[in-house]
Amino acid sequence: MVEQRIKHYQTGTFVVGNRLLDPEQRSIQARMERSNTLTSGHRACQGCGEALGARYTLDAAMRATGGKLIAANATGCLEVFSTPFPESSWQLPWIHSLFGNAPAVATGVAAALKVKGRDDIRVVGQAGDGGTVDIGFACLSGMFERGDDVLFVCYDNEAYMNTGVQRSGATPPAARTANTKPVGDEPGNVFGQGKNVPLIAMAHEIPYVATATVAEPRDLEAKVERAMEFRGPRYIHVFVPCPLGWGSASRDTIRLARLVKETGLFPVFEAEHGGVVAVSKIRRRVPVTDYLKLQRRYAHLFGESPRTDVIERLQAGADRNIERFGLLATEDEGATLPGVATDLAGESVDEPLRPVDTEAESNLMRLLSETHGSPR
Amino acid sequence: MLEQLEGSQAVAKAVALCRPEVISAYPISPQTHIVEGLSDLVRTGELEPCEYLMVESEFAAMSACIGASAAGARTYTATASQGLLYMAEALFNASGLGLPIVMTLANRAIGAPINIWNDHSDSMSQRDSGWIQLYAESNQEAVDLHVQAFRLAEELSLPVMVCMDGFILTHAHEEVDLPTQEQVDAFLPAFVPRQVLDPAEPVTIGAMVGPEAFTEVKYLMHAKQVLALDSIPEIGADFSRAFGRDSGGLVRTYRAEDAETIVVALGSVLGTIEDVVDELREQGVKIGVVAIKCFRPYPLDDVREALRDAQRIVVIEKAFAVGAGGIVGQNIRLALSGLESRVHDVVAGLGGRPITKRSLHALLADALADRLEPGRLHFLDLKRDVVERELERLRDGRRPGPHAESILRDQGIVAARSH
Repeated sequence: MVEQRIKHYQTGTFVVGNRLLDPEQRSIQARMERSNTLTSGHRACQGCGEALGARYTLDAAMRATGGKLIAANATGCLEVFSTPFPESSWQLPWIHSLFGNAPAVATGVAAALKVKGRDDIRVVGQAGDGGTVDIGFACLSGMFERGDDVLFVCYDNEAYMNTGVQRSGATPPAARTANTKPVGDEPGNVFGQGKNVPLIAMAHEIPYVATATVAEPRDLEAKVERAMEFRGPRYIHVFVPCPLGWGSASRDTIRLARLVKETGLFPVFEAEHGGVVAVSKIRRRVPVTDYLKLQRRYAHLFGESPRTDVIERLQAGADRNIERFGLLATEDEGATLPGVATDLAGESVDEPLRPVDTEAESNLMRLLSETHGSPR
Repeated sequence: MLEQLEGSQAVAKAVALCRPEVISAYPISPQTHIVEGLSDLVRTGELEPCEYLMVESEFAAMSACIGASAAGARTYTATASQGLLYMAEALFNASGLGLPIVMTLANRAIGAPINIWNDHSDSMSQRDSGWIQLYAESNQEAVDLHVQAFRLAEELSLPVMVCMDGFILTHAHEEVDLPTQEQVDAFLPAFVPRQVLDPAEPVTIGAMVGPEAFTEVKYLMHAKQVLALDSIPEIGADFSRAFGRDSGGLVRTYRAEDAETIVVALGSVLGTIEDVVDELREQGVKIGVVAIKCFRPYPLDDVREALRDAQRIVVIEKAFAVGAGGIVGQNIRLALSGLESRVHDVVAGLGGRPITKRSLHALLADALADRLEPGRLHFLDLKRDVVERELERLRDGRRPGPHAESILRDQGIVAARSH
């Protein structure tokens, strides 16, 4: 294998710094002409994953549509922190109606544009996980089923953060929230059936479904651009850490978003017309504890009497995702990158993440291209 | 041109003449024939360009209307009863955002117990949702009010609800004079939105507003409704000039000039009431009628003016505030504060119970003889034996079971319990 060792711009991460890339490969966020759709001055918390996710997503969609974009936003943190009267951070036409109706509002906007012959203007609906998987779910499913020309984006931070961190249908098992406190015999959220909206979206056989995290802006941007190539309903589910709700350090937002993928807890993939077409492989598999320990919402699992039983169940869920989605990279897909901290045979090497300063660019580039550069 | 039409079909045709660009609706009786008619007109291309959205709920129906209207399209929906309640959150949103959506409400009772027939519980429950509420007395008026409603909504950038009695009007076949397309086009100018989602001029619609400005935003909503008190008669007068007949307005009086007793009502029951009043007039009774044509905004001054000389006012309303009393009656008393007149609240026609001339004659005979106890809520044609038996069951202390089932069992409509 030919390897070219390069020094990372962002040490401790697995993202190639923009300075090391050709201008054409740089992320939209790194370009002079980015639209700053969600511009500075908003009131999101330090380290807010949702603000990042919305910015990456909408700037990419603005670029893909030549700035002809309208957004319909659900109630939630994103709405509240971006539009405290009389200020607005939105540099695109933007409407907020209610918590549970963003997909239907987007449908209405799309219908108006269609009747006026403005098929050059595209529509994005966006909501948090509560507004998507719970209260907005019927409207979302209806929008999918009718085939309305809307890209809907869920920024998933796994609970109702705006109202004070209550459990949502997207809250993972064992997580502490304001109403799943670590009291009683079963601390934290229950192990339920889960509500995997990307898979539910795929069951509608809509043209395009993707998951992404804010740890990989280029991957997210590429997925948004791909989504805008289709007409009809499209869905992108973006994993966005919440320092406030998760009890994580603001500086760990990107790290957590990366770890959730590298543990297998959050499969990153693309699907077209109901079938998975690309999977973002795990490059350095880590045990779920690496991810869990950075968040106080899981602190009750690591106390004086650690809940190894619960941790094992969470690990089993991650393992199942890895098997189900084929998330592990083979050797020629970069599985033996320098700095691997996990035994691929399944033995976890439970040591903290160390910053690494080298990586094989050739492998990385190939992985990126396989993930979202597949034949279009 | 005069046509013999079902009320719903007449309304569908009238709405189509108004050239709505987006229609978003969910089926609920007795609204269905209206939206089915419009669906046909869109499919055949007679109504074009128009997007007809078949959404998954009334909540989505109103939400899609909000999006479409905010994007600058003339937007229409129709619903009834539970459907109106299911879109309640979005109703307040549409009015708060000032979006000129027009909706037909085929008035129907609200459950439980579930009941598909006519009363005004649905529209009265949303009287404070910020929508203008117009009440049609006949199918002709329903047609005319829709043409006026689009103009009113768009002039003031406010949503308008045209209420027509479910089944009684929606499913009644009557002669209706449908306007021509040319007439409607001349009366109703093209929609120029006050606010629009446009990438060329990005605006934020629906921002969060805190205590520093919320009162002012709400005041402006109220101010627009107050403006509607001027606009509604003006548009009505314009309509009369253009179409040669009177429809709409705020308040209409009938034989009320020297009336000592006045019956107040809304909607289709006014026809029956006027027949009864005619018969009483023949007997020399000084009685008249005041029709409330527009309940929101509430035309307080017009109501006061129309009723100021009456000694006795009988409000017949197809809804009531459970535990409180009459809704229209409360509003009437508000308009008459300081005057000596007696106001009797009479609840009638709930869940589709017919309001017959015979019952009205009996009621008005009691009223004229001052046998109606003032300050009490009266129920027309209440089956006293039925409610007394149920109240007795409650007093027994045994588990009485659901009222509806007990009543149906007592009346032999369902079989006796096996245990």
